[in-house]
Amino acid sequence: MSKFKKKSESSQDIPTAALPDIIFMLLFFFMVTTVLRETELMVEQDIPRAEQLVKLEKKKLVTYLYVGKPKDKSFGEVELIQANDAFISIDGIVNWVNQEKSKLSEVERDQITVSLKVDDDTKMGIIVDIQTELREANARKIMYAAPTKAKDN
Amino acid sequence: MARSKNKGSQEVNAGSMADIAFLLLIFFLVTTQIATNKGLTLLLPPKQEEDEPIEIKQQERNLFKIQINSQDRLLVEDEPLDDVSQIRGMVYDFVLNFGKPSDAKKGKNKVSDNDVYASLPASMKSYIAQNLGSSESSDGPGSAIISLKADRGSSYDIFISILDELNAAYNRIYGERVGLTDEEFRKLNRNDPRQKEMYDRARNGIPKAISIAEPSTVGG
Repeated sequence: MSKFKKKSESSQDIPTAALPDIIFMLLFFFMVTTVLRETELMVEQDIPRAEQLVKLEKKKLVTYLYVGKPKDKSFGEVELIQANDAFISIDGIVNWVNQEKSKLSEVERDQITVSLKVDDDTKMGIIVDIQTELREANARKIMYAAPTKAKDN
Repeated sequence: MARSKNKGSQEVNAGSMADIAFLLLIFFLVTTQIATNKGLTLLLPPKQEEDEPIEIKQQERNLFKIQINSQDRLLVEDEPLDDVSQIRGMVYDFVLNFGKPSDAKKGKNKVSDNDVYASLPASMKSYIAQNLGSSESSDGPGSAIISLKADRGSSYDIFISILDELNAAYNRIYGERVGLTDEEFRKLNRNDPRQKEMYDRARNGIPKAISIAEPSTVGG
């Protein structure tokens, strides 16, 4: 009897010394895997929300175009197109698409998807111009990026 | 006595270490947004060749026209409309009208409108038989086209909300056809063969024909 009692008393608390290590491991995992932002935004981005969203599976095939008024007012008040880290003109889109395509492998080039991130103050004129250029560049798959709309009913 | 005291204070108290790490972990969990590629997809028409005929005349009744002017006012089927959310139901009725379903096999899967009708569930068939089938509206889903024409001066905001409504209508049709809600249909994983089969079955013969028409520069 006394033997049993002694044993149970000694194993009463769980060793928690390894707990910080486990938590740190999780922490490092999240720190390493999260990408904060690849490109610095130079245009205003207040993207309108939508409900019927589709998720794109292949992230590798997606390239982004940002459209909106420039944050830096020295660039003027008119909507501009930002690709990667620089503003491009409407005429430069075909060139840019071809550059992006050349980064992909031969078979995937036609599957390139252009994700348009457009500020909600933008007028449709520039969007239509971009679409015409994308058709010209044979990048026909486009996506209007939009965050999920919160249900308000 | 003094010795034992010394011995007790030798290791650093690491009990709160876990709390600190937790705090950091929660901070990162909350602040990071895993960038998701979500949005409304659209397939643009192929590049226009110079020598091709520019337009193939569509029957007026097979075209569902939505126009937006520079004041963001809507003209749907030549009538003004204020409430964007009504478009969903109108498009649903328009696509499933089956006014004059043909046996002509269309698309790459060679499905005719009558095949599509036969594949619909009973609830949709009875809805169509009771409410739709007007000769003024589309002949069948194979030939129905939604034309969205936005003025250059209209806002992107309203364009997206209309595109959202159009997608909602189509997703509702596709979903109902295979017995899902529109939300369940949207979340079908196309990498899973069984769900892919369901997705293909839902879309078979009902093309998502949303055409973004070239805007006119006048009237801005």
